[in-house]
Amino acid sequence: MNAVRRGLGNGLVQAFLVVVGLVWMTPLAGLFVSSLRSAEDTAEGGWWTVVTSPGQLSFDNYTALLKNAGITQAFWNTVLISVPTTVLVVVVAALAGYAFAWLDFPGRETVFLVVVALLVVPVQIGLLPVAKLFGQLGLFGTIPGVVLFHVAYGLPFAVFLLRNYFAEMPKEMLEAARMDGGSEWRIFTRLVLPVGRPAIASLAIFQFLWVWNDMLVALLFADSSSQPLTVELQSQIRQFGSNIDVLAPGAFLSLIVPVVVFFAFQRHFVQGVMAGSVK
Amino acid sequence: MTSTLVKETRPPGAAGAAPVRRDRRRGRTAALLFVLPALLLLGALVVYPVLFSVGRSFFDASGTRFVGGENYTEMFRDPATIKAIRNTAIWVVVAPALLTGLGLILAVLVEKVRWATAFKLLLFMPMAVSFLAAGIIFRLAYDEDPDKGVLNAAVVSVHDAFQGTSTYPTARARDGQGVTKEADGSYETRTGASPGDAVALGLVGVLPEDLPGGARPAYAAAGRKAAPDELRGVVYLDFTRGGGGEQGKVDRRESGLPEMRVEAVRDGRTVATTTTASDGSFRFEGLADGSYAVRLPASNFAPPYEGISWLGPALVTPAIIGAYLWIWTGFSMVLIGAGLAALPRDALEAARMDGANEWQIFRRITVPLLAPVLTVVFVTLVINVMKVFDLVYIIAPGPVQEDATVLATQMWLVSFGGGNNQGLGSALGVLLLLLVIPAMVFNVRRFRRSQR
Repeated sequence: MNAVRRGLGNGLVQAFLVVVGLVWMTPLAGLFVSSLRSAEDTAEGGWWTVVTSPGQLSFDNYTALLKNAGITQAFWNTVLISVPTTVLVVVVAALAGYAFAWLDFPGRETVFLVVVALLVVPVQIGLLPVAKLFGQLGLFGTIPGVVLFHVAYGLPFAVFLLRNYFAEMPKEMLEAARMDGGSEWRIFTRLVLPVGRPAIASLAIFQFLWVWNDMLVALLFADSSSQPLTVELQSQIRQFGSNIDVLAPGAFLSLIVPVVVFFAFQRHFVQGVMAGSVK
Repeated sequence: MTSTLVKETRPPGAAGAAPVRRDRRRGRTAALLFVLPALLLLGALVVYPVLFSVGRSFFDASGTRFVGGENYTEMFRDPATIKAIRNTAIWVVVAPALLTGLGLILAVLVEKVRWATAFKLLLFMPMAVSFLAAGIIFRLAYDEDPDKGVLNAAVVSVHDAFQGTSTYPTARARDGQGVTKEADGSYETRTGASPGDAVALGLVGVLPEDLPGGARPAYAAAGRKAAPDELRGVVYLDFTRGGGGEQGKVDRRESGLPEMRVEAVRDGRTVATTTTASDGSFRFEGLADGSYAVRLPASNFAPPYEGISWLGPALVTPAIIGAYLWIWTGFSMVLIGAGLAALPRDALEAARMDGANEWQIFRRITVPLLAPVLTVVFVTLVINVMKVFDLVYIIAPGPVQEDATVLATQMWLVSFGGGNNQGLGSALGVLLLLLVIPAMVFNVRRFRRSQR
């Protein structure tokens, strides 16, 4: 009797979760199917009509997208912004994280507490002052400007994460390396970085996605020649209805990279996002 | 590099006081070189901007005149910023609580199925998607036209399944032809009819191609005489295609209006109801003697149900919060799930042995033990929700933007998006910072505790 009830309960749970799963997939499926339909078909009826007339589907929107210079340029800009940002954040934060964990310098504790405090500082407060600063330095509207801003606002979390991870390393290991006469630089590159690889991987993935998906920072700091995909697509949203044959495949293009990264590095991704959520 | 060499040549165990100091100094130089890039970037692009914004927020729009706290009082006077503050408050009250609750329920339930990992992956995936892409996804889903937006398509089909659709939203009666429109949208015969009578109700305004399939001419039915105990009639389209025909009269080629609901009304009360046949004919049998009005109720003419205006001023914030749930539920579920996995199995097993049911275990054991994790999830979400920007900026259509505005979007609009008031913009930025200061204190405290 109990087993029957439990079986029934489990059936209900399964059914409920299946429904939730379907609800979660529907919006994404809608975008993908819409990206394969012509503007005329979209004006005529919903994307679900492909069930009855699958002839609507074609890759024409995507071939048109690849010929759209604005979009392809923006796609490369996205790459040119997110890859250097990720590398810089990892390098700068690893250096600082190691120093905060294992090197002795005056005010170490206090400075690190400031870094911890900076974790939650909203990006918004930096927009205006940094825009003025970049204006004077000639960085406003350039890719290096966007990168620098992202690096700075990615650093508190990155330093925090790596410092904590490095601090867990066994003290004996480092002391042995020092006894062997390795310079700090050598210890850093030969010992700390390899040992810290899991944390660095999580950080790199999180940082890459964060920057890849950013719109706000680039909206201000990039001009039309350096803007990433998110900003390019955003500029077409005002004519949402008439641009859907560009917006839908464009959005899909912009999300497929993070989603592939997500499935390829599930564990690092989840850990990175979990750790990064304190921001 | 020389210092390394010196160290290498020194025999072990001979480390005196002087080399230690030198060692430490060497360490110091290295340390400063290691932290310098990070500190420079943080100082120039984070710390200095915070101080600058705080200072700037005490100056006027152009930055030339010191105005004290005026920008801060302006914030609570300007209707647009008040709206933004109110919407942010709604977000903070609603979204984190919903997400934590939803995440908790799903985390507990998903433990019970074998495909838990697949489910978690599916729900977590939206975290990888940019707010911009999510915004486009939901602009599509929320489209008001039920032929485009999947949500309204669902709502309309559910509504129509229960309420039915009206067949003649455009039909109306000609003036002076014996049928009048009532205040509630229904049509009634002006003169009463009794059993034994036959009536003809003519309507216009229906395009011939909009007639239901199988509609037949009403002429034959209109000519039929009523039996003594029945009240009969036709509802017909008083319009002959291609001209000809006489108004107020059932001409040979004029079509009946099928599927029309017809009521017999006496003293304001509906006593009988029927539906017209394919030639527009209807009949009431067994009516008591007396005079009746024949009424075509308003439900025949109701405009088609258009669904819900998701992105209209009233619902836009809940709609955007819905999109936010789509993105963040996986996060909440996975984090709570990790906490769940760390719960002591003994406590749960013991409770089960004592005969507690699943609900009791959930209420009395799981939730209290999970409280720390739930707090972390909740606080994290509050911080993130306060800063929500892209989703609102993308999903709310232009004209509704001001109904959906939150602090972050308002700060953007005021500073860069045409408002061009950088004093007020800075003050809004500082307000955002002030709102996250409790989280800042929480982080610092937690860190210091972990170091002891």
